[in-house]
Amino acid sequence: MNEESQRLPVVTDQDVVRVRQLVRTVAVAVKLSLVDQTKLVTAASELARNTLVYGGGGEVEVTRVHNERRGGIRIVFADQGPGIVDLQLALTDGYTTGGGLGLGLSGARRLVDEFEIDTEVGKGTTITVVKWCR
Amino acid sequence: MERVPVLKIGDILLVSIQIDMEDQVALQLQEDLAERIVATGVHGVIIDISALDIVDSFVGRTLATIAAVSRVLDAETVVVGMRPAVAITLVELGLSLPGIRTALNVELGIALLGKRDVGDEPADDEDEDDPAAVTTS
Repeated sequence: MNEESQRLPVVTDQDVVRVRQLVRTVAVAVKLSLVDQTKLVTAASELARNTLVYGGGGEVEVTRVHNERRGGIRIVFADQGPGIVDLQLALTDGYTTGGGLGLGLSGARRLVDEFEIDTEVGKGTTITVVKWCR
Repeated sequence: MERVPVLKIGDILLVSIQIDMEDQVALQLQEDLAERIVATGVHGVIIDISALDIVDSFVGRTLATIAAVSRVLDAETVVVGMRPAVAITLVELGLSLPGIRTALNVELGIALLGKRDVGDEPADDEDEDDPAAVTTS
């Protein structure tokens, strides 16, 4: 099911830009529509920034995926940061602990087809998103 | 670190963002613009984002802050050239860019700045007549 996984570290602002560019390249390769490319790259930008700002840095893995009917992209954002204490709250529009707009997590979730969070306080957070071709 | 150039044309500062900005570059632009507004005494700022293939919440917030700071410094900001896919994504993200005036391109943005009393709240009846002027508030 998996092919062509690519990993990038997320340690600096510049790495967030690199994540956007990698996701864009792969999104074009799997032939997402322009609007879906834009949505996925935007979601990736939000989540990679979260990995950097809240997770204290981490890693992003971008993978082309397939099921019986269509292709897509899976992106995993992993950090070993403090974890998310109240997930429900963190997913609420407008809630932030970092001085942002509070739209990163909740907004990114709306922009992708599949969204999964695995977080443990003191251990870190892993967020997996998938966008499928239409 | 790269820097986004700020050009002065008459009573307007023109910024065309041509790079995929890292967050620090966006913050630097915010500071540069505030300083240039005060130094030049212009009453309008146009930010062209036609080259941006995404606007995420950070850039969106920076644009909103620039508009708010400009207003306090007696200058009106117009964001121009947003791509359709970017507009769709921004709205879905939950970012409606409150307080930011937009126009479809630089030319319409300049026209928009030229025809109103700078610093005043936009008059609703005026906007209805002008398909080029899209105001969010």
